[in-house]
Amino acid sequence: MSDIAAPKLVRAPALRRVFDGTPWRRAVILAGFALIWELYARWLDNALLLPTMGATLSALWAAIVSGELPDRTLTSLRVLITGYALGVAVAAALTTLAALSRWGNEALGLLTSMFNPLPAIALLPVALLWFGIGTPSLIFVLVHSVLWPVALACYGGFLAVPSTLRMAGRNLGLSGGRFVVEILVPAAFPQILSGLRIGWAFAWRTLIAAELVFGVSARSGGLGWFIYTSRAQLETASVFAGLLTVILIGLIVEGVIFRTLTRITVQRWGQEQA
Amino acid sequence: MNVAPRSADFVGDAVTAPLLALDHVSISYPTRDGILTAVEDVSFTLSAGERLVLLGPSGCGKSTLLRAVGGFLKPSTGEIRLHGRRIDAPGPDRMTVFQEFDQLLPWRTVLGNVRYALQRGKSLPRPQAEEVARHWLSRVGLKNFVDAYPHTLSGGMKQRVAIARAFALEPALLLMDEPFAALDALTRRQMQDELLKLCEETGSTTLFVTHGIDEAIRVGTRILALTPHPGRLAATFDVPPDTRIRGTARFAELERQIQQSVFADPETEHV
Ligand SMILES: Nc1ncnc2c1ncn2[C@@H]1O[C@H](COP(=O)(O)OP(=O)(O)OP(=O)(O)O)[C@@H](O)[C@H]1O
Ligand SMILES: [Mg+2]
Repeated sequence: MSDIAAPKLVRAPALRRVFDGTPWRRAVILAGFALIWELYARWLDNALLLPTMGATLSALWAAIVSGELPDRTLTSLRVLITGYALGVAVAAALTTLAALSRWGNEALGLLTSMFNPLPAIALLPVALLWFGIGTPSLIFVLVHSVLWPVALACYGGFLAVPSTLRMAGRNLGLSGGRFVVEILVPAAFPQILSGLRIGWAFAWRTLIAAELVFGVSARSGGLGWFIYTSRAQLETASVFAGLLTVILIGLIVEGVIFRTLTRITVQRWGQEQA
Repeated sequence: MNVAPRSADFVGDAVTAPLLALDHVSISYPTRDGILTAVEDVSFTLSAGERLVLLGPSGCGKSTLLRAVGGFLKPSTGEIRLHGRRIDAPGPDRMTVFQEFDQLLPWRTVLGNVRYALQRGKSLPRPQAEEVARHWLSRVGLKNFVDAYPHTLSGGMKQRVAIARAFALEPALLLMDEPFAALDALTRRQMQDELLKLCEETGSTTLFVTHGIDEAIRVGTRILALTPHPGRLAATFDVPPDTRIRGTARFAELERQIQQSVFADPETEHV
C-alpha cells in the first residue's frame, strides 16, 4: 500500500497557548476568595469567630516554624497514604475476582451495596473495640472509606469496556489476570481514575473527622487533632490554619498528582470523559 | 490454542484435512423471550490459500458465524474444526479484523498496538516484535503514523492498523467482519484493492464477511451466499481471477447472478 503522508502541523501562537491553559483562571478565582475573606473578617472584627486571612497566615507560619504543624501533617499523611494504598489494593483484588468469576461478581455487587452507603465514621466505634485507640483503628476506617467507591468505579469501568476491545484482547490468547491487567484496567482507566479521586477525597475527609472525634494521644495526633486542640484553646486562627493546610494538601494532590496522571493517560489516549 | 503454523497443512495422520471445516453448525442466542437461532445447519470447508466470502443480508448471522470460528462463541450444535481440531477458544492463529473502529487499544500507539499483539500472540521478544510491526505498518502505508495514538487516526487508517496487526501475526486463518463497512465508498474501494494485493502476496487463507456483492466478488475466490434470518447456505459461486476486475462484463454478470439468487428485493444490495 502506498504511504499516507504525515499530517502538517502549525504551532499555535504563544499568547494563545498561555491563555488556553486553566492555571491563570484558577489563580484569579483564588485571589477573589482571599479578598472577600479578608474584607469580611475585617468588617466582622471578631477574631474568635473569623480571623482575618492575615492572622490565619501568620498563625500558619508560626505553626510551621514551631514544627508542630509539619509534624501533625506528616502523621496524618502517613496514616492516610497507608490506608489509601491498602484500600486501593483490596479494591483491585476484589474487582479482579469479580471480573473473572461469577461468584466474585455476585460477592462484589452484594458487598458494595451493603457497605458503600455506610459512613466510615460509623465504623469507628467498632474499630475502637477491635483495635483500640491508635493508628490501626484509623487505617481500618480509611480502608473502608476508600475500598467501596474505588471498587465500584473499577467494576463499572470494566463493564463498560466495549465488546470489540475485549474480543481483540482475547484474540491474542489473553485470559485471567493478564487480560484484566493489560486490557480491562487500561480500557477502564477513565472510570478507575475518577474512582481513585473520589476515594482520595473520602479518605481525607474520614481521616480528619476520625482524628477530631477521638483525638488519639497528643503525642501522635494528626491534623484533625491539631484543629481540635486549637479550638479547645480558643485559638481560632490556628483552627483556620489547620483547615487551610487540609485544603492546600487537597489542592496539591488534585492539581498536581491527579492532573498529571490524567494528562499522561486518558488525555493522551483520547479517552477523557466529558 | 496452539495450532501448527499455516505452512503445515496436516495434523497427525489426517493428511489433507481442510484447514477449516464447519460441520452442521447451528448457533443460537438465549434471549429474554426465548432462544433465537441465528445460524442454522451450516457446513462448508475452507482450504489453505482460499478466500471465502460469506455473503448475506443484514441480520442473517454472518458475524455470528465468524465469531464462532474465532472461538468467541460456541455452536449450539455441530462442530468447527481448524486443522482437524475442534475450536474451543479464541487464539492468535485466527486473527479477526472487526468492523468497529474501537478494536485498537487506545492506550497504545499504532506501533505499540501491533508490537504488543506480536509479543503476546507470537511470544516475540520486544525488539523483534517491533521490527516486524514496523514492516507491516509500512506495508499498509502507515510508516508516517507509527507513533500516533489511535484516536488521532481516520477510520480508514484505524482499519489499516487492524489489518497490519492481523497480517503481522501470520495466522492460519484471517477473519474479517465487514472491515470496510463504515468507510466511505471511495476509501472502501481503495482498501479492498489493497487488501486483495496483501492477500495475494502472502497467500493468506481468509474468511471474509460482507453484505456487499461487489465487495464479495472483488476480494473472494469463492462466495457462499446465506439466506436471510436464520442464516442457511443458499448458493456457492466461484470467482475466477479474471472476473475479479471491476467494470468488466464478467464482473457485472456475476454480480447480476448473485443478486438474483440471493437478494429477492434488488434494493437490499447496499444497506
Ligand atoms: N448477542 C446477541 N444476543 C441475541 N441476539 C443476537 C446477538 N447478536 C446477534 N443476534 C441476532 O442474531 C442474528 C444474526 O446477527 P449477526 O450479527 O450475526 O448478523 P449479521 O449477518 O452480521 O448482520 P450485519 O450484516 O447487520 O452485521 C440477528 O437476528 C441478531 O438480532
Ligand atoms: Mg455483522
